[in-house]
Amino acid sequence: MGWRDERLGVPAGSPRNEGVDRRDFVKVCTMAAAAVGLPASAGLKMAEAAAAGLKPSVIWLHFQECTGCTESLLRTSHPGLAELILDLVSLDYHETLFAAAGYQIEEALHEAMEANAGKYICVVEGAIPTKDGGIYCKIAGRTAIDILQDVGSKAGAVIAIGSCASWGGIPSADPNPTGAVGAPEILEGIPVITLPGCPANPYNFLGTALQYATFGTLPALDDKNRPLFAYGRTIHEHCPRRAHFDAGRFVRQYGDEGHNLGWCLFAMGCKGPETHANCSVADFGEIPGCWPIGIGHPCFGCTEQGVGFHKPMHQEAALPENAVPPIFPDHRSSSTAAAAGVAGLVGGAVIGAGLMASKKLAEGGGEEGSS
Amino acid sequence: MSDHSVEPVGGPIIFNRFTRFLAMFLGLWILILAYRFATGIGTVSGLTDGYPWGIWIAFDVVTGTALACGGYAIAILCYILNKGKYHPLVRPAILTSALGYSMAALAIIIDVGRWWGIWRIPLGGFPDMGHYNWNSALLEVALCVMAYAGVLWIELGPAFLEKWKATSKSPGLIKFAGAGLKFYDKALIWIIALGVLLPTMHQSSLGSLMLLGGHKLHPLWNTGWIPLLFLISCIGMGYAVVVWESAVSSRVFNRQREDSMLISLSGAMVIVLGLFLLLRFADIIISGKFGLMFSSGMLSVMFWIEMALVAIPMLMLIRARDRAKFITIFRASMLIMLAGALYRFDAYIVAFNPGKNWSYFPTTLELLITFGVIGLEIFLYIFIVKRYPILSGTRATQVREIEGRA
Repeated sequence: MGWRDERLGVPAGSPRNEGVDRRDFVKVCTMAAAAVGLPASAGLKMAEAAAAGLKPSVIWLHFQECTGCTESLLRTSHPGLAELILDLVSLDYHETLFAAAGYQIEEALHEAMEANAGKYICVVEGAIPTKDGGIYCKIAGRTAIDILQDVGSKAGAVIAIGSCASWGGIPSADPNPTGAVGAPEILEGIPVITLPGCPANPYNFLGTALQYATFGTLPALDDKNRPLFAYGRTIHEHCPRRAHFDAGRFVRQYGDEGHNLGWCLFAMGCKGPETHANCSVADFGEIPGCWPIGIGHPCFGCTEQGVGFHKPMHQEAALPENAVPPIFPDHRSSSTAAAAGVAGLVGGAVIGAGLMASKKLAEGGGEEGSS
Repeated sequence: MSDHSVEPVGGPIIFNRFTRFLAMFLGLWILILAYRFATGIGTVSGLTDGYPWGIWIAFDVVTGTALACGGYAIAILCYILNKGKYHPLVRPAILTSALGYSMAALAIIIDVGRWWGIWRIPLGGFPDMGHYNWNSALLEVALCVMAYAGVLWIELGPAFLEKWKATSKSPGLIKFAGAGLKFYDKALIWIIALGVLLPTMHQSSLGSLMLLGGHKLHPLWNTGWIPLLFLISCIGMGYAVVVWESAVSSRVFNRQREDSMLISLSGAMVIVLGLFLLLRFADIIISGKFGLMFSSGMLSVMFWIEMALVAIPMLMLIRARDRAKFITIFRASMLIMLAGALYRFDAYIVAFNPGKNWSYFPTTLELLITFGVIGLEIFLYIFIVKRYPILSGTRATQVREIEGRA
């Protein structure tokens, strides 16, 4: 796109474009790298790649969703959205953020797909309805299934952001009237990185996208194609209230003493033990404590398929094995009742023998006692 | 030692139902031991990381060596206090001690996980020398017990040498025995000095081991005086064993008992038992644990049983008229042995609490291994007194008569 090439050439302080000098730009890139857990050297690489006009093209698709994932991405500051879409990536199609509409934006989509075929990042936001031929979500006369298959199959990488795109999210909640599914089910055979969450933590997206943009690699993934750096652990494992769980101090009712004292919300239906996400360690929206457990509400398992929007809010979570730490592990002796019997018998025999010996000696004592 | 009228009892080793049963049981025991050494401790015992010391240590080693203190107790009287009249008691007492310590050593080999490295202990950890912690009470016990077991067999040496000198068909062995006996005439006093020093060291250290248990041992047992209490109680137990052994072997082998000596010794026991009680109570009261004697639940009960088992024999023996009867001494001696054994079991297992949710009770095989160790000790005792001059005043004809009846 034209605006991208112009901006880098414009001297700093230009009245029309608030252009950046190299120093500031490298700073932004390094900050972005640091914020998403990439090495500092990645920042320089990003800057170099961007300056050479190699910024990855991003095509962002919206289907059945609330735009919450985009909304939360808009509020990041390291890097800020402006820096992200203007400096680090080339955002070529995004229905929410684009001023253009109608034929104009359709044209942008096709242009970008052609120009960067096999290289662009396809980001999917929202679930895809499959019922009745997918007619419940159409853009420019095409169904979501059709669009996703078209755009996804030509992408270098596909990232499903949010629970809707990852496994169906809210639209797939019972009774799932539109037959909503996640992007991986539509793009069979194409690896789709999933970043579930409602909304997904934008930094998990940035980390993944920027790693791809910088190194051309993808982070290590789990069996559901979630990046391990963000979804490798359950909420429970790093929960700030974990000490209360271990000590058996549970909130029993909202507003009770334990709730006021910040005790564990497990008994209130907290899904932390079965939900894989990094909410407890990566501040959502960059505000410390700004997540369900942080404000005294049970985790509702938004990232986990089959938990969020599926299990009742106050149903107790299934605890994984060994979730309760063995502070005083059971170390019973392997002894049996038979052993107790043997010990008793022999003990009895010894006492009996002692009494018998004493008796016999007493009987014979008259003869020998005075010798 | 050679100037007493001691002779072998003679006769077959397996001579009655008990010894036949014992021999068969020892056969089974060897199979169990083979299983233990082939498969490890975990498969045969109820030992855990919390209770790494079970019945093998508490009974075979700690109680076993205390019961084997007959040699120590008699040696103190005989040589340190110069009461020569107790001399006939010395050899059987030394024999029980030598056997008791050897069995304790065997029990340690069974109990220790990496038993094949034990031979390095007296060699300073050879070949990786110079890394010993010389402040370790456990090392002291290990070295002392090993040394003392050796010293006891050396103390008993004249019994074997006399036999060889008198009956061996090999001229070389007769010559060796003669030279050995001459050596003993000169050196025995030093050997006996060692034989008194070593138990004094390690019997108290067996108490120190549990002192180091710290908070894991109940305060009624974990006191600064536990090493001294272990030492005093082992002297009482040693004496009791001599009484018991004298009574039983005179009965079984139909021999004259050394009643008068044991009766006059029992006066000393009143002092030993009284001292134990005094120290135990004084220590508890001085260190402000008075209430614990009543408020520790099951452990309070165990404590008072222990105290009763010490106090009752003391009261039984306190009047000269009462202790003139051998049967009173015999009964008291059994209570003293029981008291010492219970004190050690309590300190090592019952009052020892490594933390919540640990528990210990020996398994059947573990118990059988311990019974086998005791059985082997009895078997070897019978063997040695029948073959070597240990007991005095044997009447061989009557022995044969008894064997005929059995």
